[in-house]
Amino acid sequence: MSSSLTVSTNLNLQAHPVDEVGIRERVARLATRSIKKASKVEGLKLALSMVDLTTLEGADTPGKVRQLCTKAIHLHSGRKDLPMVAAVCVYPTMVRIAREALQGTPIQVAAVATAFPSGMNPLAVKLEDTRYAVAEGAHEIDMVISRGDFLRGDYARVANEIEQVKEACGKAHLKVILETGELGTLDRVRLASDIAMQSGADFIKTSTGKIQPAATPEVVLVMLQAISDFYRKTGKRIGMKPAGGIANAKAALNLLIMVREVLGPAWLTPSLFRIGASKLPNDMLMQLEKERTGVYQGLDYFSND
Amino acid sequence: MTETNISTKGSDWGYAPAPESADHFKLKEQYGLFIGGKFVPAGSGRRFATINPANEKTLAQIADAGEKDVDKAVKAARTAYEKVWRKMPGRERGKYLYRIARIIQERARELAVVESMDGGKPIRESRDVDIPLAAAHFFYHAGWADKLGYAFPGKSAGPIGVAGQIIPWNFPLLMVAWKVAPALACGNTVVLKPAETTPLTALLFAEICQEAGLPDGVFNCITGAGSTGAALVKHPGLDKVAFTGSTDVGKAIQKSLAGRSTKLTLELGGKAANIIFEDAAIDQAVEGIINGIFFNQGHVCCAGSRLLVQESVEQEVVEKLKARMEHLIVGDPLDKNTDIGAINSKAQCERIQDYLKVGQDEGAELFQTKCPVPEKGYWVRPSFFTKVAQSHRIVQEEIFGPVLAIQSFRTLDEALEKANNTPYGLSGGVWTDKGAKIFKVTRGIKAGVIWANTFNKFDPSSPFGGYKESGYGREGGRHGLRPYVELS
Amino acid sequence: MSGSGENMKSGRLDVRKTYKMLIGGAFVRSESGRALDVNAPGGKWLGHVCRASRKDFRNAVVAARKAASGWANTTPYLKGQILYRAAEMLEGRATTFREVLQSIGLSPVAAKTEVTQAIDLLVYYAGWTDKYLQVFGSVNPVSSPYFNFSVTEPMGVVAYVSGEKRPLLDLVTGIAPIVAGGNTVITLSTGRAAVPAMELGEVLATSDFPHGVINLLCGVREELVGQMATHMDVNALVTQGADAKESAASREACALNLKRFFPREANGKGDEDPYRILDTVEIKTTWHPVGG
Repeated sequence: MSSSLTVSTNLNLQAHPVDEVGIRERVARLATRSIKKASKVEGLKLALSMVDLTTLEGADTPGKVRQLCTKAIHLHSGRKDLPMVAAVCVYPTMVRIAREALQGTPIQVAAVATAFPSGMNPLAVKLEDTRYAVAEGAHEIDMVISRGDFLRGDYARVANEIEQVKEACGKAHLKVILETGELGTLDRVRLASDIAMQSGADFIKTSTGKIQPAATPEVVLVMLQAISDFYRKTGKRIGMKPAGGIANAKAALNLLIMVREVLGPAWLTPSLFRIGASKLPNDMLMQLEKERTGVYQGLDYFSND
Repeated sequence: MTETNISTKGSDWGYAPAPESADHFKLKEQYGLFIGGKFVPAGSGRRFATINPANEKTLAQIADAGEKDVDKAVKAARTAYEKVWRKMPGRERGKYLYRIARIIQERARELAVVESMDGGKPIRESRDVDIPLAAAHFFYHAGWADKLGYAFPGKSAGPIGVAGQIIPWNFPLLMVAWKVAPALACGNTVVLKPAETTPLTALLFAEICQEAGLPDGVFNCITGAGSTGAALVKHPGLDKVAFTGSTDVGKAIQKSLAGRSTKLTLELGGKAANIIFEDAAIDQAVEGIINGIFFNQGHVCCAGSRLLVQESVEQEVVEKLKARMEHLIVGDPLDKNTDIGAINSKAQCERIQDYLKVGQDEGAELFQTKCPVPEKGYWVRPSFFTKVAQSHRIVQEEIFGPVLAIQSFRTLDEALEKANNTPYGLSGGVWTDKGAKIFKVTRGIKAGVIWANTFNKFDPSSPFGGYKESGYGREGGRHGLRPYVELS
Repeated sequence: MSGSGENMKSGRLDVRKTYKMLIGGAFVRSESGRALDVNAPGGKWLGHVCRASRKDFRNAVVAARKAASGWANTTPYLKGQILYRAAEMLEGRATTFREVLQSIGLSPVAAKTEVTQAIDLLVYYAGWTDKYLQVFGSVNPVSSPYFNFSVTEPMGVVAYVSGEKRPLLDLVTGIAPIVAGGNTVITLSTGRAAVPAMELGEVLATSDFPHGVINLLCGVREELVGQMATHMDVNALVTQGADAKESAASREACALNLKRFFPREANGKGDEDPYRILDTVEIKTTWHPVGG
């Protein structure tokens, strides 16, 4: 394992221009898809199964994480037809707690690492952060790219870091957070996606959730198109994780529509698509209850965690 | 995953039917002609049925106007012109147009649903494009009515008189707006003939004129087939004819007006080239191709029916286009998820099917999506041809359906040469990320509307109209007022 | 022309001019070899002019089409200078033109007025070349994130049938707005108007107009108007002084390729009118997204 900087030689920085207005219009058109009745119920359940239920607070405690894990397993009391979420996402020090709480379930434990959320630490520290989380039992690592390096054009350094973190992950899956809210343009979102995928990302992820805007539909669409092109060229399926700012059930269904129409049904699985969220599941649950009972719901009837 | 308990199998999750409801209004069983502010039966008592092309069911019986009815309508328009409309201050004329715009907005959902039922276009388009744009056209032109002095520097603008307007079936209400709004704003009165397959929204528009209190005879609507249109054009009482439709009919109208001082504007066919350069934003370009040719079933005179793609990205573009096309949903026009509705009529459907055969006979390779289509009604799956030559009929002739002809090019000059190698000149498209190239190509294409890094966009303030055999005169914007004024 | 009387008084025989048409920058006789007589109003024979054939017209269309793209892309500033140059050349030959116009029957005052007006008209349109787009183009406030603008573009090749009433001025009032708009033109002058038309060819040929931008024919109206109206490579037909029958026939024939048709009355009104430039230009509207 090397911790020194080596220049990635295989980086292909071919320009893939993105037209912002065109992206907005495609997003708007995708949003006109009308999801009703059975399709809505099925879609919401599918989306719930893709949630990375997240708590990333300085105030997180074992108690809080255990509660979150309970919610991850039992999304809504009294409903047996609901899936479990795909994963819980926590800081590295909470990984062990989460693993214990989720024992015997298929729910994965994801840890943010690499000096999340800013990434403003030396590479060695980031790698150590990663190795620690993996050693604690994390199945998945959500790393952040060095936006400073990216924005000043040092793409080789960004790529190299990802490669090394990937190596440090061992068997754990790597999600690479681009923090698109700091990248400025959709062209840069596309470039960062390409770099991340070429450097070993299993997933690319929009945001830390600490910066606004986060997972806007425009950003998600651009990243999905990058994934599609990468698959076309390499035959390799990279996963996608929008995280941050996905406000409600409608937004979640819109994400599924996008995945379906840009990447195809093969990506409609938690192994290739995740939604990072903390409050979102309750809105989806309210919609599901509304479909079941025919009555519009209130948040008082759904547990927060 | 380290543990592979999570499903790795993709879901076949899809969209359930989401039909727009049609129970909030009721169509009448029959509609008369709208002459002098009243609905009246045709003198002959004849009627014809207008059907829903998605299920072949009759929607309503429509009066079939003959020569005498046309004469009555023109006379009503003349009376209204001389006695009321030409004398009315522009500000007051404008207020009627504002009222009309508002009522179109108020009845938007009903108009959208009727438009989709009568013409076959998907509700997504009638709801999001046709009806809002129709309202916007009236709103835009309303404001011109008292400001015409600013539209023609150095001149004084007055009305022409009575305008006979003939519109096609592809954007029924929107074409009413394109024709009627500028005509009325400039102080003319109108006799309108909608297409025989899509008369309903024009008749609802007549109701709207009543609701707006528009003086009797300012707007008249006579329904019927080609013979009604011919009778209108022949009527000596017209000062102006405006026609949107096929190039052949446009030429015939020009011929029949020879020897008369009647003014004429024509908005006719097209065979637009949509040019994709290798440095384009390819995914957005693919979406532009989709909007260019599959918007409104391809029943669009300015459709991007010829795709010219730079050879270096041809394979990528074609692959992506196929993948994108497979997501186009063909079916019930009233379903909110439908992308491609019904072909407007049996005749048009047969015409398109004939071109599909012609293309293959000429040696081109046909691709069609696998989307299921309903049993009843008229449908064509989204289609394109590759391996086409410039001389092929599917490259030269306007198909007016969801059928794209794909050609490749190597250099900018070659692209322009191919793009312009047609008697038409209505529209064109160019896709490149390079600004300088955009201006070179947009200048080089001989057509009246050029979309750069977009396609099929419309706005009441944006002039629309063709070069060469795509007709003459503009609709929309300041330039669109010119066909409806006399300058002195 | 033969001028007046036999010019042997000084003991020297005048050298007469053979009038030729201007096609593609070359002075040519009709390929048909035919000629027309030109007579003074009193009936006195003045000389010959060419009688253009259909083939001459077709050749002129080829020349005009060849020149179209170059002239369309000539900068407005240069177009203006060239039109102004034509005014300079005409001014320099004003005396000749006055004599020529008098020889075909205009009074000295009328001849003088016509020449000065023709010169001023060239100056007038020279000044429009770099302005009409500003005045008549537009940026359109569309309600979507697009930059949308409309510009004028030349139609291409325009045929112009000139009148005879104002032999020189009718021709100049037709040509100037057509070429100011960036089109190339083929003109037809008939009867006595052929004489100043052919004389004008010499002015235009020395005015820096690229070859083929202005092509001057003379001949018989009935013989050629129909050709002009039907030719599929002509984009517009402008006529002056047509009777009802000719106009009706032209409008019908122009439908063949939807040639734009502008019959103008020969009443001398509207010589100075930028809207005449607009007759033979198209409006092109371009959309482009505004994004980052």
